[in-house]
Amino acid sequence: MTEPVLSVRDLRVEFATRRGILKAIDGISFDIAEGEVLGVVGESGAGKSVTGSAVIGLIEPPGRIAGGEIRLAGERIDNLSPQAMRHIRGKRIGMIFQDPLTSLNPLYRVGDQLTETIRTHLDLSPRQARERAIELLAEVGIPAPEKRIDGYPHEFSGGMRQRVVIALALCAEPDLVIADEPTTALDVSVQAQIIALIKRLCAERGTAVMLVTHDMGVIAETADRVAVMYAGRIAEIGPVADVVKHPLHPYARGLMGAIPSLETDADRLVQIPGAMPRLSAIPPGCAFNPRCDRTFARCRLDRPEPIVPAAPADAGHRVACHLYDSAEAEALP
Amino acid sequence: MIAFIIRRLIQSIGVLLAVALIAFTMFRFVGDPVNQMVGVETSAAEREQIRKSLGLDDPVVVQFGRYVAKAASLDFGISYQFRQPVTKLLAERMPATLELALVSSAFALAVGIAMGVYTALRRNGWLAQVFQAVSLVGVSLPTFLTGILLIYVFSVLLGWLPSFGRGDVVAVGSWWTTGLLTWTGLRALILPAITLGLFQMTLIMRLVRAEMLEVLRTDYIKFARARGLSQRAIHFGHALKNTLVPVITIAGLQLGSVIAFAIITETVFQWPGMGILFLQAVQNVDIPIMAAYLLFIAFLFVVINLVVDLLYAAVDPRLKSTVTAS
Repeated sequence: MTEPVLSVRDLRVEFATRRGILKAIDGISFDIAEGEVLGVVGESGAGKSVTGSAVIGLIEPPGRIAGGEIRLAGERIDNLSPQAMRHIRGKRIGMIFQDPLTSLNPLYRVGDQLTETIRTHLDLSPRQARERAIELLAEVGIPAPEKRIDGYPHEFSGGMRQRVVIALALCAEPDLVIADEPTTALDVSVQAQIIALIKRLCAERGTAVMLVTHDMGVIAETADRVAVMYAGRIAEIGPVADVVKHPLHPYARGLMGAIPSLETDADRLVQIPGAMPRLSAIPPGCAFNPRCDRTFARCRLDRPEPIVPAAPADAGHRVACHLYDSAEAEALP
Repeated sequence: MIAFIIRRLIQSIGVLLAVALIAFTMFRFVGDPVNQMVGVETSAAEREQIRKSLGLDDPVVVQFGRYVAKAASLDFGISYQFRQPVTKLLAERMPATLELALVSSAFALAVGIAMGVYTALRRNGWLAQVFQAVSLVGVSLPTFLTGILLIYVFSVLLGWLPSFGRGDVVAVGSWWTTGLLTWTGLRALILPAITLGLFQMTLIMRLVRAEMLEVLRTDYIKFARARGLSQRAIHFGHALKNTLVPVITIAGLQLGSVIAFAIITETVFQWPGMGILFLQAVQNVDIPIMAAYLLFIAFLFVVINLVVDLLYAAVDPRLKSTVTAS
């Protein structure tokens, strides 16, 4: 088996605050293979974006990676010097941010931002870099790129700016792209185009994608696998068809149940009672136990580790819930 | 763009007319200048004679109209105390004041921006903390006190630099004199320039620091980091350019006030500029000089504002398009 592009093992990220240490990410593990799209879903504050920032090495103080390993194509990158990490950012890991309106520097021409990034990572003359920038803009679907390259960001619409951001993220042909809610700030009509664009460009290049979003529809359409995060941990991870159609973890079930469907005629959407606990007040045992409708004694004591569920499922499927522990299943009535 | 400049020019003329009116009417009420010029024993007929020769017996509107018409051709009348054209008096003194103001502004900008960037990037370094503390002193000390302190240390105690005057000056062209080309002139410039620029320097430093910290938190800086650009490209390319947009406004307006408020520094250092001339004019109720000085300062502010607006459009492309569109 070939080495996964990204391999995260037992990653922990902590934020030191006045009221103690907050564990934003508390021991998560996952892999992304070449050309694979991993969707990461969860509520706000579940740790989705922090995971992305940790992988690209942009956790800002007071936050820090407190443990675990991040490997890019087998090579550890979580303990690199800032200088070495800088050569990985943009070159081997590209990042797409949430808000295209604020991700581009308003005072620089789009072309200057592209050529600057291209020349930072690739050994090209200014002229070659400009040609490459025009090609990239054409590829992300900017009409008349040889003219638009001299435009300023404010002369582009939101969707067009996100295309420029995608071109910037892909300009050095990275192995991995982290897309942090790339469509949240866009019009609904543009969202599908942008998602399709990211998927197409990455599929063509064999780029692995970590797609952070809270839009289950986007995940269902785009991702190959999906990780459901809750309070800094992965509740369930597996192939998208399995997790979306047959979620196992009660939280994942709640999330999928909350997706409106055209087929069923329900007056009210299903809702998970309560809210995600604050990071400073995560309950002992399973973090989800106060909101779970299937809690039993062990849930309040033991923290569930990801296990292969007892029920027949795909090999890559893992769920962090005591319900699927075969020993528990036998003990339950 | 040209339409914008023309519109701003028309507005500027309006502002100048308003200032002229205020100056003119205000000085109509500060006392009778004839009394200032003549002795007690001057007869009423002689007083009337002087009044007439200075045009002070005409209706107010006529006097104002005449004043504006003459001011437009740079004729601000005859100084009551010196009996010389005001334009000539101001022109003689202007190089000294402008040189002082420009040098101290250049000092304030260069040092202020450098220190501001440094304190923003090395926020927790001990030198940055020292700069921050010193800047507080600079912002709160009044100009005359800094001037006197500097004179005490560098002229009285150490004897390194002269404490008054402008040193030797060289004539450049027909009416400009400069102290920048002689050794004594340069030495004489150092203390007043620091005194005058210290406040602006600390102001600019604190402004640059605050703006820079703000900009470093923005998404586009984060995105620039995520693209792996070098620290230098991020700090001095992307962040500094965005920081300078508000700094330009403040620095521009500060240049105006540096010239306008050079009065105190000029007095402390006996600098032969327009500030001292204005002070003498106030003491002697020399209305033509006061009015001309007021108009000159208003003119400066208007010009500086216009330049700042144009600079803005040059630095920030978003403004250029709104300017052209409107």
